[in-house]
Amino acid sequence: MTIINHIPVLLVAIPILASLLILGLGWYDRRFCYPIALITILSQFLASIAVLLQVLDGGTIRYHLGNWAPPLGIELVIDSFNGFILVVILLLAFATIIYARRSVGKEITPDKIVSFYVLFQLLVTGLVGMTITGDIFNLYVFLEISSITAYTLIASSRKPHSYVASFNYLILGSIAAGFILLGIGNLYVATGTLNMAELAVMLPASYHLATVHSAFLFLMIGFSIKAAFFPLHLWLPDAYAESPSAVTVLISTVMAKVSVYALFRILFTVFTTAYIIDSFPVTRFILLMATVAIIAGAILAIAQEDLKRMLAYSSISQIGYIMFALGVANEIALEGGLLHILGHAVMKGCLFMVAGVIIYRMGTSRLSDMKGLSKTMPISCAAFALAGASMIGIPPTIGFMSKYYLVLGAFEAGLWPYAAVLLVGSLLAAIYIWRFIEIVYFGVPHGDPHGDDHKNATAREAPLSMLAPMVGLGVLCLLFGIFVEVLMQAVGPAVLLLLGGA
Amino acid sequence: MIESFYELFLSRYNYWMAIILMMIGLYALIAKQNLVKKIIGLNIFQTAIFLFYISFAEVRGGTAPIYTAEGVHDLYVNPLPHVLILTAIVVGVSVTAVALSLIIRIYEEYGVIDENELMQAVRKR
Repeated sequence: MTIINHIPVLLVAIPILASLLILGLGWYDRRFCYPIALITILSQFLASIAVLLQVLDGGTIRYHLGNWAPPLGIELVIDSFNGFILVVILLLAFATIIYARRSVGKEITPDKIVSFYVLFQLLVTGLVGMTITGDIFNLYVFLEISSITAYTLIASSRKPHSYVASFNYLILGSIAAGFILLGIGNLYVATGTLNMAELAVMLPASYHLATVHSAFLFLMIGFSIKAAFFPLHLWLPDAYAESPSAVTVLISTVMAKVSVYALFRILFTVFTTAYIIDSFPVTRFILLMATVAIIAGAILAIAQEDLKRMLAYSSISQIGYIMFALGVANEIALEGGLLHILGHAVMKGCLFMVAGVIIYRMGTSRLSDMKGLSKTMPISCAAFALAGASMIGIPPTIGFMSKYYLVLGAFEAGLWPYAAVLLVGSLLAAIYIWRFIEIVYFGVPHGDPHGDDHKNATAREAPLSMLAPMVGLGVLCLLFGIFVEVLMQAVGPAVLLLLGGA
Repeated sequence: MIESFYELFLSRYNYWMAIILMMIGLYALIAKQNLVKKIIGLNIFQTAIFLFYISFAEVRGGTAPIYTAEGVHDLYVNPLPHVLILTAIVVGVSVTAVALSLIIRIYEEYGVIDENELMQAVRKR
């Protein structure tokens, strides 16, 4: 047994140990926290790439915890689908931790910094655990680890409103978790197993039971709340806008994606397409709600005066795109959906990082305070423009490629009106992205007579440790779009797996 | 009529109890203005789920699944839901702790724990 065979469990175990180490050493000296968190997440990221390559090469990896075989023990499963998601979330977590250092120093009181890194590390652990677990109750436990840490991280901001935002998220998040727990209970009643692979085998015999239907609905609603799928998104704008910038970047990119992943996993591999299309036709309803989400999220985003809040509503719209793929549920649309999980994580990460940099330098996120900002912070504004272009879907960015696949998928399924909605969504995205571009590039810093443009005058370009991950993600938007074929090598098998082909 | 009533309600009264408790909890979560009462509602909601798990695991006349010298008793209660709920209880306690500490922070910051007054206080800032 070499170490490579144990990577699945190490992906979860090492960060838990690291969070304890951060706590212990951070108590001794606060400066130890950051390097430990950085090294841990970097090694997790590299390990996840190694695992993905191994999976693409040699098929699904199943790791039995403590050598107990699945019906009795818990297993960790890494296949081409969650291997891909794993790399995405750890890439974003790595970018965020580089970015976090300066941002945290400014936005969080010094005595909370140790707990911030401990919780950050635990949040990443919970999300990684949710991604790679093969046991549905284990999924719930990791979900709660990530949720509780997320509540606390949101409340760690200096703004008092963050407590209220965190409390509202806690209420909705706990209802969601309760529903998920009920759903798991119903599944266990119907089948007598908690292992996902075994559930998929045993469920078809009881597709007609009301127990299974209610389990499905509970799980569906629970994960939709966690993923902020319209109209269950009410916790999201406050939680994103009030939390510290580094936390916003992490939860907006990684946490929402993992909830969507869990939804895909439950719908496609536990319940399989036979159930969601034939036995309990729900895809058309999801499609309808997804189109409402795309339009409503974008319109609400246009109405915002605050940059972070605008991006938060834009996230609701973008979750709609991913759920759109789920609603169409054919091969091309799902490829688009998975690409959009990656694409949205990368571009929204970049956009929220820009918002964080502006808060770092200017202490404001109001759009009206940002007039003429491109003169003082040219690189940040350029990064925003690049990621924004991807958000609108201008070729050759990743945002274009994912929407292109979604539209093709909708055409193939004969859903012309829905495809039109995607284009309208892009146009609306163009409006809210353009508002920022217009303000920072063409806005004149107002009020020389009042002398209140001193904020802009003192603002400088962001420090390198914040600039590097931001620009890196911006460039990735472009590179992923151009070299989309490389991504398709991972996305293609993942979609086949979802549809039950491989 | 009586049979169907019995079939639907009385023979499954344990599930109905769980459902009623769940509804009480959800009502408190949504309708109560006091933040602490919301958390009490959340606890009732979670407890209802725990009861649901425990009651579906029950077998009439079943014993604990323990190996004795004579072997295992042939009618025993499935221990797995109990174990799951032990985990879920721990999770519920942690969520309650986080929620109560958030309420303390909110009270320190705004001086209110009533939701309407809190919204007014937030808007004023």
